[in-house]
Amino acid sequence: MASRNINASPFKGVDWFTVVLYLLLVIAGAFSIYAASYDFDNASIFDFNEFSGKQIRWIGLSLILGLVILLVDARMYETYAYPIYLMVMVVLLLTIFIAPDIKGSRSWIVLGPMSLQPAEFAKFATALCLAKLFSGYNFVLNAKASNYVKALAIIFTPILLIIGQHETGSALVYLGLFFVLYREGMSSLILLSAVMAVTVFIVTVKYTDPGVMAGITGGQFGVYIIVMLIMVLLTGLYSKTLIVARNLAGGFLASGLIVWILSLCGVAVPGHIFFIVVIVAAGIYCVLEALRSHAPKILAAVAAAGIAVIFMFSVNYVFTDVLKPHQQQRIKVALGIEEDLLNAGYNVNQSKIAIGSGGLAGKGFLQGTQTKLKYVPEQHTDFIFCTIGEEEGFLGTSLTMLLFVILILRVIAIAERQPTTFGRVYAYCVASYFIIHFCINIGMVIGLCPVIGIPLPFFSYGGSSLWGFTFLLFILLRIDSARKTRH
Amino acid sequence: MRKDYRLEKRKYVIGGFLLLIATIYLFRLFDLQINDSKYKTYADNNAFLNKTIYPSRGLIFDRNGELVVFNQPAYDVMMIPRDVQQFDTLDFCNTINITHDQLMTRFKEMKQSPGYSSYTPQVLITHLSAQDYGRLQEKLYRYPGFFIQKRILRQYNHRAAANVLGNIREVSPGDIERDPYYQRGDYCGDLGIEKSYDKELRGEKGVEVLIRDAHGRIKGRYLDGAHDVEPVSGRNLKLSLDVRLQEYAESLMVNKIGAVVAIQPKTGEILAMVSSPTYDPTLLVGRQRGKEYRNLVNDKYKPLYDRSLMAAYPPGSTFKPGQGLILLQEGIVNLSTAYPCTGGFVSGRLKVGCHAHGSPIPLKPALQTSCNAYFCWGFKSLIDRRSKYGSVAEAFEVWKHHLVSMGYGYKLGVDLPSEGRGFIPNAKFYNKIYGEGHWSANTIISVSIGQGEILATPLQIANLAATIANRGWFITPHVVKEVQDTLLAEEYTSRRYPTIDERWYNEVAEGMRMAVTGGTCRIANLPDIEVAGKTGTAQNPHGRDHSAFIGFAPYNDPEIAICVYVENAGFGATYGVPIGSLVMERYLKGEIAPDRKHLEQRMLESNTMIYSGVKKH
Repeated sequence: MASRNINASPFKGVDWFTVVLYLLLVIAGAFSIYAASYDFDNASIFDFNEFSGKQIRWIGLSLILGLVILLVDARMYETYAYPIYLMVMVVLLLTIFIAPDIKGSRSWIVLGPMSLQPAEFAKFATALCLAKLFSGYNFVLNAKASNYVKALAIIFTPILLIIGQHETGSALVYLGLFFVLYREGMSSLILLSAVMAVTVFIVTVKYTDPGVMAGITGGQFGVYIIVMLIMVLLTGLYSKTLIVARNLAGGFLASGLIVWILSLCGVAVPGHIFFIVVIVAAGIYCVLEALRSHAPKILAAVAAAGIAVIFMFSVNYVFTDVLKPHQQQRIKVALGIEEDLLNAGYNVNQSKIAIGSGGLAGKGFLQGTQTKLKYVPEQHTDFIFCTIGEEEGFLGTSLTMLLFVILILRVIAIAERQPTTFGRVYAYCVASYFIIHFCINIGMVIGLCPVIGIPLPFFSYGGSSLWGFTFLLFILLRIDSARKTRH
Repeated sequence: MRKDYRLEKRKYVIGGFLLLIATIYLFRLFDLQINDSKYKTYADNNAFLNKTIYPSRGLIFDRNGELVVFNQPAYDVMMIPRDVQQFDTLDFCNTINITHDQLMTRFKEMKQSPGYSSYTPQVLITHLSAQDYGRLQEKLYRYPGFFIQKRILRQYNHRAAANVLGNIREVSPGDIERDPYYQRGDYCGDLGIEKSYDKELRGEKGVEVLIRDAHGRIKGRYLDGAHDVEPVSGRNLKLSLDVRLQEYAESLMVNKIGAVVAIQPKTGEILAMVSSPTYDPTLLVGRQRGKEYRNLVNDKYKPLYDRSLMAAYPPGSTFKPGQGLILLQEGIVNLSTAYPCTGGFVSGRLKVGCHAHGSPIPLKPALQTSCNAYFCWGFKSLIDRRSKYGSVAEAFEVWKHHLVSMGYGYKLGVDLPSEGRGFIPNAKFYNKIYGEGHWSANTIISVSIGQGEILATPLQIANLAATIANRGWFITPHVVKEVQDTLLAEEYTSRRYPTIDERWYNEVAEGMRMAVTGGTCRIANLPDIEVAGKTGTAQNPHGRDHSAFIGFAPYNDPEIAICVYVENAGFGATYGVPIGSLVMERYLKGEIAPDRKHLEQRMLESNTMIYSGVKKH
């Protein structure tokens, strides 16, 4: 599939569909910023003293940036992946020391009239570096433990440095790269345990009322039930027959029935003791089955159950002693445990009001009262989505979400069509970043996620963010457009 | 190039994860934006401040077009507690001339008042003077969350007719419940026509929709006022009252307890309606209203009690013209029927006293001399005439029915709140007391001379005078002559006919004329106006007799009919007749003849309150 025409137009093979999506999002973003920062006295969208004007300047510069990226030889990105990564990490480290303290965060480097946030540029650098690692000769993630160590080192270096800048939100984005590890062979169990950990955490923290059984909360009861279901599921999945799973399910049901009958007779069985006895018994049964039928994978069920129960007991400790009060507050607000309309919940409540008042078709461009009258703090940056919700209504929000979903699915499709591991891994990194930004930002604005201050790509005001995502996307487009010209 | 197809399938997991989250978010957005409409309300509550614009309340003129009640602006300091930020309380207090303690007390009161909400405007200080208002307006930018609400207070050109005019007060929670038009802090009419014509007077509130930002700053009018509603001014009223006559009658009633009601017979328009003691209507305006109102409520002479239409007095001899009409109508007497009076009415052991005059006498002289015996005999022959009525009870019902048709016993329907109905017993009432068949005319003989159980309001008594003046009909008395841009209700323009033939009225009127020319009402015999009248001296359980008078003038084309009732003032001729005749003279001539000045002077200066038995503290 070699092409001899090295001098072909650099735009040949560019995925124009993605470019159009990009342009749509960026333009919609500019209008949203104009709407979000519109004041009654303010008139022009092009006023360079206003956010929208500045953003248009940033957009212009990003288009030039995109063009430049497309002009660079695709191989350069692979060749210089490590140096670029190293350089950016050094800048991240330096930022901690030279950046001025802005509201507790040391993440901005001030260069004359403009300030940049290096963390936004670390995204593509980390993606390039991770792609480079995976594209190494005969690199198979699962082959050696040291491969994991290398991959995790690449991921956690920027995380730690950015946490050092007190930008915990931006750091969390890099956890999205676990999607890439998963795609490259990491066990599903790890992803599953992550989902389970989140579930257990939410269930335990949210449902603290006394539950159906003596001595345990509703949340803990729920977690025990989940653990039982997982044991049944995993044993079913990992043994050759369904006998073990069937026996476990039968045992659980029978014991549950006995407890229920006892409770009808007025005997309150202590919850923790009951469940632990039942689960330990089930565990012993699984171990015996694993030994008997030489199916060591069944042990995964035991491990999962054990970890889940231990995690459940540690959740309260983690929640009250590890998390900072404001973080606890944000989680409680997101889980709907507390309203706290004046402090942690104020943003989210006003944001929900803004979005909710939009109705089906919205109040009309520039007609949003919540946003115009500054009821939603950070409305032109992290909370930009509520401007769309208020002024363009459900149609606007669902269309915006649709654009993002199409973009991300397109990036995944591009990833899968890459002939090289480098291209695929890089593309998955891009997809992962977008997924995380999309989920967290919109989730926070509509009150389903805790408030984690990360921007909505292409919409939130800010040059660094826009440039960072432009870098990410256009390097991908460049690598993709070059795929046919490469060996 | 390796390609692991087992791993490639994982793209579905990653894509699926995204789609799952996106779907959850979509549902959430649907729920927020389409399912739940409360957010729209929240957003509007955030952004819009609906500022009420109060219309100007209708002005009140008297029958001659003289302005009686008008508006003066006042300024209330309002606050939206949620929007208030730290402010310099000392400076604030100095600006509006209150002490720091007063401010703190007001804050406390405000928070405890029912319906308090930190999101809606609350009244902090009411009725700022124009001067304080000006000072505060200058500094208002320093106090976010505060604003000034222009209000309308009433002002009075004459310190008279408080009982008719009424006043305005802040609405109570009960008012708001009854009429959703009202909101907290609104004013509504209280007492008098301010109450009965409140809907006409109040107009319609306007609203100005202002935009307010997150810091509570007003950013302007919403859509340049597209949603604003202009207030509609209240309708002006023209009273039937002659305010000068009212003032004059009130001055005559100073230091007396009682009432004067003067009606223009042809129209039913009330020319003057005095309840004494009365009060200065300006007392109930402004910040001191509460205190003054309490004082009036606690006043032992009950100035807030409108005696002219609420009090139930025994009509005494003013009842006799009506009795004469009934006797003539029922054919019990004719003009020549004469009854003996031997110092009174004597029937078995029963005796009703009378005073010296000729005997026996027919109807007209009986009215002239106010002969008790005549009316007792007449009543007795009516009630006891079984041949005609079958039983005492049925005869009594016939009698009662005539009285009711003359306006006694029920509310007349004056356009003022709280009208009393007086009391005319029916047969059942006496059956209950004495047992069926165990009572007769003798048992209840005192009702024939307006005593006993009979009670009437001065308005009802005056209405009888008007009916006789009209020779047989009346129009429901009313105090409002015209409502701007509205037709007067039909009940105040249509004639009501009592169940008495018109031909009898002239006879009774003649008797009343004779009472003036040569009977009990001689003081009312004006040189160039033909007055007809009837005195009343009503016994009562509260002390000295009540002094009463009804009359009308001129005799042939009556312009005024009047009732005067002075509690515990003795003979009808001592207070009732002088006051009644002075009011009529004043109304018809515009001034008091020089030879009657001494009479006027005596009435102005006399004090009958001392006989009332009410001890002032």
